[in-house]
Amino acid sequence: MIEVGEQAPDFTLRNQDGEKVSLADYKGRKVLLVFYPGDFSPVCGDQLSIYQEVKPEIAEKGVELVGISVDSFFAHKAFQEKIGIDTTLLSDFEPKGEVARAYGSYFEKLGFAHRTLVLVDEEGKVAWTYQSPSDDQIPGANVIFDALS
Amino acid sequence: MASLGSAAVPPVGPDDHVRGEGEEGLIVYADLGCPLCAGAWQRLRDRAGWLVFRHFPVASKHPRSPALHAAAEAAGWQGRFFEMVDSLYADRGRVDDPHLWERVEQLGLDLDRFEADRRSAEVEARVRRDFESGIRAGVTSTPGVYPWVR
Repeated sequence: MIEVGEQAPDFTLRNQDGEKVSLADYKGRKVLLVFYPGDFSPVCGDQLSIYQEVKPEIAEKGVELVGISVDSFFAHKAFQEKIGIDTTLLSDFEPKGEVARAYGSYFEKLGFAHRTLVLVDEEGKVAWTYQSPSDDQIPGANVIFDALS
Repeated sequence: MASLGSAAVPPVGPDDHVRGEGEEGLIVYADLGCPLCAGAWQRLRDRAGWLVFRHFPVASKHPRSPALHAAAEAAGWQGRFFEMVDSLYADRGRVDDPHLWERVEQLGLDLDRFEADRRSAEVEARVRRDFESGIRAGVTSTPGVYPWVR
């Protein structure tokens, strides 16, 4: 798991619309990277739905949410539409899980990211991290607000 | 804006929606648009002890939920909260406005008052208050059930 204070590894991934997005694009802003196992799993859907409900309050704290999983951007688009969210979803698809590995979130045995939150500050440094004790356990939005307070 | 950081489930207050009696009970954060909640509700409401219903609409997942929670709260302002909740969960395929008006008529509510109340800022704030307390308590899916002893 990446450590607080480290420079967050830069990346360029495609979003749900197939557009390239880099961590560097967020320089000067805070971004919360939400690594999650996979689109269309019930648990991941609940996690992103709950975060969507408090997205305006997270934005008020000056933080943008970005989800990352190993799914393709086509799957991200369908997932986004299915659960009714507009959170940016990035595709860590090829090489599979490369970004999750760089952040120490990748679960080699099952081939997806653990449920990990990484707050990157305006300078691109890791400001806070959280990893669920198990992948079927969702970090509540309260945990995010605790970190942002 | 209220802080959404971690906090315990608020104790049962005088304006909570409480059904049943006894020493032990459950506080339930429920979404009126959620099929899992509808299934659970049939079991929860028939169990012994008391039950507290707290609003937890997840609008992104169930776009009709905010309107249903507002309708239940407005019915509650005329003393028929749980009757409206029971009806909404029992007949999930009929939750558009005309179906709400039918329920209002069946429950003997004042329609004009219901219509004004369900669109009021006070009702919206009351629903939001429950939702935010659920967020602070770490509710991540519905129904979120917490045992409680008076």
